This record gives sequence, structure tokens and C-alpha cells, in this order.
Amino acid sequence: MDILVILLLLFGLLFFLGGAVGIIRMPDFYSRLHPAGKMDTLGILAMVMGLALYNLHHFSLESLLLSIKMFLIVFFVFLASPTATHSIVDAGMRAGLRHWTKKKRKG
Amino acid sequence: MNTFFLSVALGLCLLMLFSLYRTLFGPTVLDRLIGVNAIGSKTVVILLLIGFLYERIDMFVDIALAYAFLNFIAVLAASRYFHKRKGLYEESFMD
Repeated sequence: MDILVILLLLFGLLFFLGGAVGIIRMPDFYSRLHPAGKMDTLGILAMVMGLALYNLHHFSLESLLLSIKMFLIVFFVFLASPTATHSIVDAGMRAGLRHWTKKKRKG
Repeated sequence: MNTFFLSVALGLCLLMLFSLYRTLFGPTVLDRLIGVNAIGSKTVVILLLIGFLYERIDMFVDIALAYAFLNFIAVLAASRYFHKRKGLYEESFMD
């Protein structure tokens, strides 16, 4: 079971790495929201799932309730993270930020 | 297993520095908001890892849940604040 926990944690770390690199490298405010919204949600899902699995190592009613509570965090993040991303996009659209286009060739 | 948890938490802290770059040098205010949101979502996982390191996971899971809630409220309130505001200056690469 430990190898599954390690694999899930490394998988989540990989997704967080993709999100961080995307936030740095993307050219535009709107395209930066794509890694910020998706990668963080999936990374939290994988890492918290691994930690909840590790918590069930010594099975009892208390540890089962704790794991259910950890999945409550995942459920809340799945509701909240797209809402926050949509709200940031809405603020950008209303403030009139222009989106990125390819630079025109001179001459 | 504790050593592995510690190294994963250190790796998450390193990734936080990448998001902190966008928070410090972002061209617009909303870019900084994206960086703060990314840092907060990493902090939730780090709080759970700290709970396993201290063997007080029953306490730290509540703290992580409250932190996720506060992060959501902060981003929502800040982005609602910038709705009506025209003061977001233009980006510099649009010339």
C-alpha cells in the first residue's frame, strides 16, 4: 500500500510542477489561468487521495472518519477552484484587458 | 515514510517560489491574484503533510479545511473588488 501512496504523491507533485511552470511561462493573463485552474485541482486530488490512503493504514472508525473529512476538502476544492477562476476571468473581462495575439511582422 | 513526506513538502515549497515570482512581478493586478491562489492551494497539501509529520492529523485536517475556505473567500472578494475598476493598466507586450 505504501508504494501506491508514494506514486500518488509523486503524481500530484508532477501536476503541481506543470501548473507552476505554466503560470510562469504563459504569455497572457487569460492563458495563465488555464494551468492555474486545472493543474492545481488535479494535483490536490491526487495528493490528498494518497494521504487519505496512508491514513487508513491502521484501520479504525476514527481514521475512516478522518479520511472522509480529507475527501471533504477535495470536494470543496472541486467546487471552489473553478468558481474562483471564473470570477478572476470575469473581473478581467469587465476591466477590459485585451488578450494576447501574435506580434505583427514589420515591413 | 516521514522522510518522504518531508521531501515532498520541501518540493512543494520550491514550487511555491515559482508562483511567488508571478505574484511579485506580475504585469497586472489579476496576475498577482492568480499567484496568490496557486500558493494557497499548495498550502492546503503542506498543512496535511505537517499533520502527518507531527502525528496530529486529527487537528491539522480541520486547519487545512479552514485554510481552503479562507483562500476561496479572499480570491472571490478581491476579484469582485476589481469588477468596476478601470485602473488595471495595460500590459507592456501589446505594442
